[in-house]
This record gives sequence, C-alpha cells and structure tokens, in this order.
Amino acid sequence: MNWESWLLSGFLATLVLSTLLSLSQGIGLTRMNIPYLLGTMVTPDRQRAKLYGFVIHILNGWLFSILYVLIFESRHLASWWFGMLIGVAQALFVLTVGMTLMPSLHPRMASEQHGPSASRQLEPPGFMALNYGFRTPLSVFVAHAAYGAILGSFYRLSSGR
Amino acid sequence: MDRRQLHNQSINTASEYALRSVVSEIQDYGIIGDCRAAALVSRHGSIDWLCWPRFDKTSIFAALLDNERGGYWRISPESPRQIKRHYLHDSNVLQTQFSTSSGAARLIDLMPVIDESSNQRTMTTDHEIIREVECTEGEILIDIAFVPRADYGLKSVHIRNAGKLGFRMEVGGGVYWLRSSVSLQLHGDGAYARISMKRGDSLRFSFTYAEDAPAVLPPLDEPIIATRVRATVEWWQQWAKRAQYNGPYRDAVVRSALALKLLSYAPSGAIIAAPTTSLPERIAGDLNWDYRYCWLRDASLTIRALLGLGYWEEADDFMDWMLHATRLTQPELRVVYTVYGELAPRERILELEGYKGSRPVRIGNAARHQFQLDLYGEVIDAAAQYAFHGRELDRTMQKVLIGFGNYVVKHWELPDEGIWEPRTGREHHTHSRLLCWTALDRLISLHKQGLLGGAQVDVYKQNGELIQRQIQQRGWNQQLQSYVSVLDGDQLDASLLLLSWYGFEKAGSPRMQTTHRAIMERLATDGLLYRYRTEPPEGAFAICSFWEAEYLALGGGSLEQAHALFRRLLNYRNDLGLYGEEVDPRTGAALGNFPQGFTHVGLISAALSIAQLEKGEPQLAHREDAATKRDSPEGALA
Repeated sequence: MNWESWLLSGFLATLVLSTLLSLSQGIGLTRMNIPYLLGTMVTPDRQRAKLYGFVIHILNGWLFSILYVLIFESRHLASWWFGMLIGVAQALFVLTVGMTLMPSLHPRMASEQHGPSASRQLEPPGFMALNYGFRTPLSVFVAHAAYGAILGSFYRLSSGR
Repeated sequence: MDRRQLHNQSINTASEYALRSVVSEIQDYGIIGDCRAAALVSRHGSIDWLCWPRFDKTSIFAALLDNERGGYWRISPESPRQIKRHYLHDSNVLQTQFSTSSGAARLIDLMPVIDESSNQRTMTTDHEIIREVECTEGEILIDIAFVPRADYGLKSVHIRNAGKLGFRMEVGGGVYWLRSSVSLQLHGDGAYARISMKRGDSLRFSFTYAEDAPAVLPPLDEPIIATRVRATVEWWQQWAKRAQYNGPYRDAVVRSALALKLLSYAPSGAIIAAPTTSLPERIAGDLNWDYRYCWLRDASLTIRALLGLGYWEEADDFMDWMLHATRLTQPELRVVYTVYGELAPRERILELEGYKGSRPVRIGNAARHQFQLDLYGEVIDAAAQYAFHGRELDRTMQKVLIGFGNYVVKHWELPDEGIWEPRTGREHHTHSRLLCWTALDRLISLHKQGLLGGAQVDVYKQNGELIQRQIQQRGWNQQLQSYVSVLDGDQLDASLLLLSWYGFEKAGSPRMQTTHRAIMERLATDGLLYRYRTEPPEGAFAICSFWEAEYLALGGGSLEQAHALFRRLLNYRNDLGLYGEEVDPRTGAALGNFPQGFTHVGLISAALSIAQLEKGEPQLAHREDAATKRDSPEGALA
C-alpha cells in the first residue's frame, strides 16, 4: 500500500465530495447540509456546528478512503470506474442503513415515532434521506461516485500502477 | 394542559365552519417579526401575510391580497363578542383577547428572538412563528384553520402528516413544519380543528421554515413555550429600554422604534419601507406598490431617528449597509435596493384579486429605473448626521461621499422623477434641488470639521450657491408667496416643509411662513396633509403631517401648536400604535402598505424636535453648520 498516494488522493476526493454536496444544496437539489448534520452531534450552536461538521466530514472522508485503498490493494485494481462502483455502493449503504439509523446515532435528532423534545429537535432524514428533498439521493449518489472515481484514478496515478 | 382533556370536535368539511379568513381593514392588522421576516395578524387572529425566509421572498400566507386563494392561518372563536389586543409591554409579542357569550381566550403571537449567548446554547429554528391560545374564562370553542398557499397563493401546498413530528410541507427548496399540541384534521390542502376549551386549557403551535436540513423542530411542552415567549418579550423590552427619549410621547415613540426595528433586516442592517405589497393608496384603485425594499430617500430621516434615540448599533449597521451594499452602482445611486443592496427586482403583476379588489397586485418595483437626484442629499446628510454624532467616517466612506458629491456637481441641473416617484416623467423638482444643495452643504461642513479629506470644497461652494439662487428665484412663486413643487411652477408639495428641516431656510422666515400657510390652504384636509393634489384624491400622506408638526417645533409655530398637531396625529394610529403610509381623511382608516416605516420615522423625528424645543436643547444636530447658525438663506454656503 502506498501511504502517500492514499493521503493525497483521499484528501482530494474528500474535498470534491464536500464541494459537490455543498453545491447540490446551493443549487436546490437537496436541503441536506452535511456539515450542519454532523456538527450538531457535538454542539447546538448553528454556526459552530457548520464549522465543526465541515472538519468532521473532511476527516471522516479522508479516513474512510483507506477502506477504498484497501479494496484497491486487495483486488489489485485501482481505476476510476472501480472507485466509482465502490462509491455508489457506499452511497446506497449511507442512504438506506446510515440515514435510517441516524435518529439513534445523532443525540439531537427527533423521530416520527417520538416527536421532538427539548434535547431532540432535529428533523430525521427518513428513508434514503427523502425528508431533505426528493433529489437528495441523486446528489448523494453523484457525490460519492465522484469521490470513488477520483480516489481510484488518483491513487492509480500517484502510486504508479 | 394535557391534550387528551381537550375536546376536539369532529370536522366534516373545511367549509362547515366558515373558517375562511375575514377581510380586515388595513389598520386591523398587527405585525410580528424577527428582523428577517414579518407576519401580519388580523384582529380576528388570522395570519394573512407571511413571506419566508425574508421580507421580499414569496408568501406562504397572502389572504391579504386574495381572500380566496392567498392562504391564511386563523385561530379564533367563531363569533367573538369583543376583541381587544395589545403588544405585551414594550415588545413585539402580540396578544389578542377574545370574549364570547360563554368565555374568553387569549391568543399570543410571536416570532421568537433570543440573545446571542442563548443562541449558542440551544438549538434554534431559522424561522418560526409561535402561537399560543389559552382559555382565560368560562368555556370557549376555538376554531383553527391552517391553509397554506405557496407563491402568493398561486400554488397549492401538499401537507404530509409526519406523525408526532407534525405536518410537513415541502415547497421549492425549503420545508415548512407545523407542530400542534392538539390534533388537526387534514382536509384537502388545509388542516382544521374545532376545540372546546375550559378555563386554564391552552393550545400551542409552532410553524417553522428551513432551507437547511435537518430542520429544527422545537418542542411544544408548555414550560418550554412559556420560557421562549418570556425570552422574546424580555429581548424586545431590553431593546426598547435603550431608547433615549424622555418626552411626553414615550409610548408612541417607543412603539415606532419597535416597528422600525421589525422592518430592519438584521443580517445586513437594511431597513425596508414596509413588509407588504400592493395594499392600496386608494381602495379598489391601482396605486398598489411593492414596498418590501429599501428606499434611499428614507436614509436621512431614518438615521435621524436612530441617532436621536441613541440606537448607535442600528445606525452603524444602517450606514454600513447604505455605503457598502450600494457599492455596485456607486457613484450613481438607485432609488430602491433589496436588503442585500441588489437592484430591486423587475415589477411583475400577479393574477390575484387584490386587497378589496385593488388591482393590479405588483411584486418588484419599477422605481428601480427612476432617476432621483434627492437621494444624494439624503445619503450624504445621513452620513453627516452620523459623523456629527461622533461616529467615524473611515477613508472608504469618505471616498464614497466625495464620489456622490462630484456626481451632484455634474448632474444637479437635470430634471428627475422626484421624491414621490410619479410615473409621469421627469421635471425640475424643488425638493430635488434642495437635496442637491444639502449634499454639497454637508460635504463642506464635514470638510470644515476635519471629518472629510480630499473634497473639492471650492467647486461644492460654487455649485451650492448656484442651486441656492435657483431655488430662491425659480422655486419661489411670487404670486402664491410660496415655494413651489417644480421650478417656475404653481403647484404645492408638502415636501417643501423640509426646506427648514434640511437647513436651507429657517422655519420662522417670512418665506417659510407664507409657504406653510399656502400648503395649509391647498393641501390640508381635516387636519391632515396631502403630499400633493391628485384627482381623484388619494389618502392624506401620514409623514407629511409629522413634517408639519416638526416644522412648527423648529420655529414655524409655537410649542403648543406643535403639541396640538402631534396629539391630533396620534389619533390616527391603530390600537397597536401602528401607522400605514396614508390616512383616509374621511374615515381615519389606514391606506397603503402597512405598517409604514417612513411614517414611524416621521413620528420619531417630530417627537424628538418637540422634546428638544421644550427642553431648550439644540435641534437637528445634522445642520449645525447650516440654518441654526444662519439668519437668512443668503448665508447658507457663504
């Protein structure tokens, strides 16, 4: 495994992922604000939450890319299309399992069964995060596909495969 | 109150309860807001106007403009015998009390606001309205009708039941949530309930809007709502307490300040003219305009009100907005901007019924293309007042002001649309010349006091003298013995009273005295003033009467006359202390967009001048180097 290549391609792919998700919100594809969603796990302060969430998301994306690299190494295959395939699979997992579990994982998130309380006031994402806009899955798939594709192609280039 | 104890009567159809919003008189509305957006609540407990996320965005309730299609949210007994309302002391939290033959109830409406430190400790919604109704006496049947309509009533809204989270409505790029402590029944695209309440029962509602997901959904537990209402009341009271006015009209002045604060847009410091569009200046007429933008013509009077009351932070924010947000068009200024300093949107006509049939209903404002020379004087005078009150004009601000001054030097001889923005073409307005003179006069004063560097003082003096002579010669009608609206003209205009306000001529001078008399003869009606004569007549223009009261206080009359007029004008505010743009002289009813910031600014300015006269304090610090040290107009720029 080429550690330098992982650090570089992982960081680049994460930046693109964050940019695409933010862009999707800006152009109205989704209301989902990932930094805000993650940041409110640690603080109720809206502005700080967005900053903390951004840092969490970057670190998370960076660390998560090691899984991609491990898969590339184990299959002896690193390419844009293989990375994209893993990205789509990850997006599917995030949207179906991750988002459904979110009210249980997020300390400030309410649920349709229990309603909001003083400590849980955030709207849950629902299946496929459709509560955050019906095009949310589209933006998540596109962003993660791009993340995987960049990771695959840059890891291949920078590790000289 | 446990919701299970409340008796929710079944509803078959929405129309069964005739819950359609009642068309209210303009003065029957109150306003709630959070310095980002505002809602109008009628005496009948109906929110008939709400645009989120900011004043000039599209509406979710607009029954004000189309009772059938606009959308509304009403909470009230079916047939109240008596309705009384007031703002909780010195706040913008509205309380409406309904009495029926069987009992009484109290409805509280607010957009919650909290201080910055609480904001960091708790989750807060982007935009929210809280409504709480409590039965205070006997038993009472409360009807609830929640009928949202998107895009000024032109689009229906799909309401989805999200279980214990409430009702969810996705519109465009945002989501609305309605939470209720009592079950509402969905019928078509509305949610309804009829609730039987006994003394001590209460119902709580929260309506929110968010463009970020996840949205915050505030809980409705009684103690939490009570705490939030209390925090909002305290926030407003703390703000109101800062008003430095100790004259006899404290209640009216503080209410005007609170109304003005509601019209400010906190993120940028801008202040809009009014939160509504197309409330008519003549019922069933076509003088219907969108006022949800910022007019630079209001700058000078607005800054006078803010500084006079000691609202330094608001004055700083407003100055920042005015000089920086308008940067894209400098040194030219446009008549009307959005809260972020963009050009106001193009005017469009909506296919709505209009308030009491007053059509067309317009959004956007065509005044964006008008040319008004008075703006330069109003902006420079605002900056001068700001500096004379000890605030700093930094290098950038100074450069901007000089740019405006140079623009005036090049263009003051041109005809313009003038302060009242008629759509009949350009003329040589005396008021516009006055403000060109004011612009140059203030720049010279700032330079003299060492507050402005790099000004072409000699050029300003030379041009100022030319303008002054032109006003004295061609703006004066010898036959009428009055200044006139247009150079070489014979029509009058109430804005001529501002010749004294801006320091061009002393209020007690023979020319101003006869001008005042002529204005009274031609433009006064039942103690109010028209801004000018039109056929058919529109309403009396409320701020013009406050200008007259201030003119009297500045030396145009006696203190008693100023008091008497001011007190008479107070009779035209509504029961909540709010004014529209105009007043129907026959009925006293409010006309035009509501509530109107310009009128409240006029009230504050007049009250300040009256109080200053009473205490023998110097008046109008902004013209220190102008009329107060001058005995004749000839001395102005000498």
